[in-house]
Amino acid sequence: MSETINFVVFSGTDDKLQALAVMSAGAAALGKQVNIFLQYWGLRAFTKASIDLDHGLADEAGADGRAAVDNLAKEGQASWADTLRQVKELGEVDIQACSLSMDLLKLEEEDLDPLVDGTEGVTAFYLNAGDGQIVFI
Amino acid sequence: MADVQVDARGLNCPMPIVKTAQAVKGMASGQTLEILATDPGSTKDFAAWSKTTGNEMVEQTVDGGVYRFVLRKK
Repeated sequence: MSETINFVVFSGTDDKLQALAVMSAGAAALGKQVNIFLQYWGLRAFTKASIDLDHGLADEAGADGRAAVDNLAKEGQASWADTLRQVKELGEVDIQACSLSMDLLKLEEEDLDPLVDGTEGVTAFYLNAGDGQIVFI
Repeated sequence: MADVQVDARGLNCPMPIVKTAQAVKGMASGQTLEILATDPGSTKDFAAWSKTTGNEMVEQTVDGGVYRFVLRKK
């Protein structure tokens, strides 16, 4: 089995999700298995009701950061969701919802965007991660 | 003339590499791919991608802010 890279996505702001999409794209292009585990506000951003909305930026972005991000989007940068869709076609990318966060947010699997492959607990996440690195976003 | 062309000019990181990896998936071993990109990270990114995936870099040039790479599929 190829090496894995594993992202735990806690935050649900668009800047952090864009970083997730970029990091996943690079790893998938290099042939690594990518596992993404969605918790809390990261999971909320992947719901059908929310995925196409504006999720704001991390507080540290400020007004300058907002303007810079808007400018890149205007220049045609793909959204994080569209980037992840392309990345899933390219390589092995598995996106799982954390079952505890599903309970917390009172979500059912049909509430989630098709980008999400299923629901699992933290033990399954560690099992699939194997000896690969784990990154918390 | 390369067998396959990818025009990634105007695309930000990571799209040039994503489009390249997608194109290479559909190619036969030994075929060549020409990529044009304007992302300033391209030189290091394509070198790293070539080294890691084993797809050989056969040409690499820069002209007026446009990076051109030719890769041969492993």
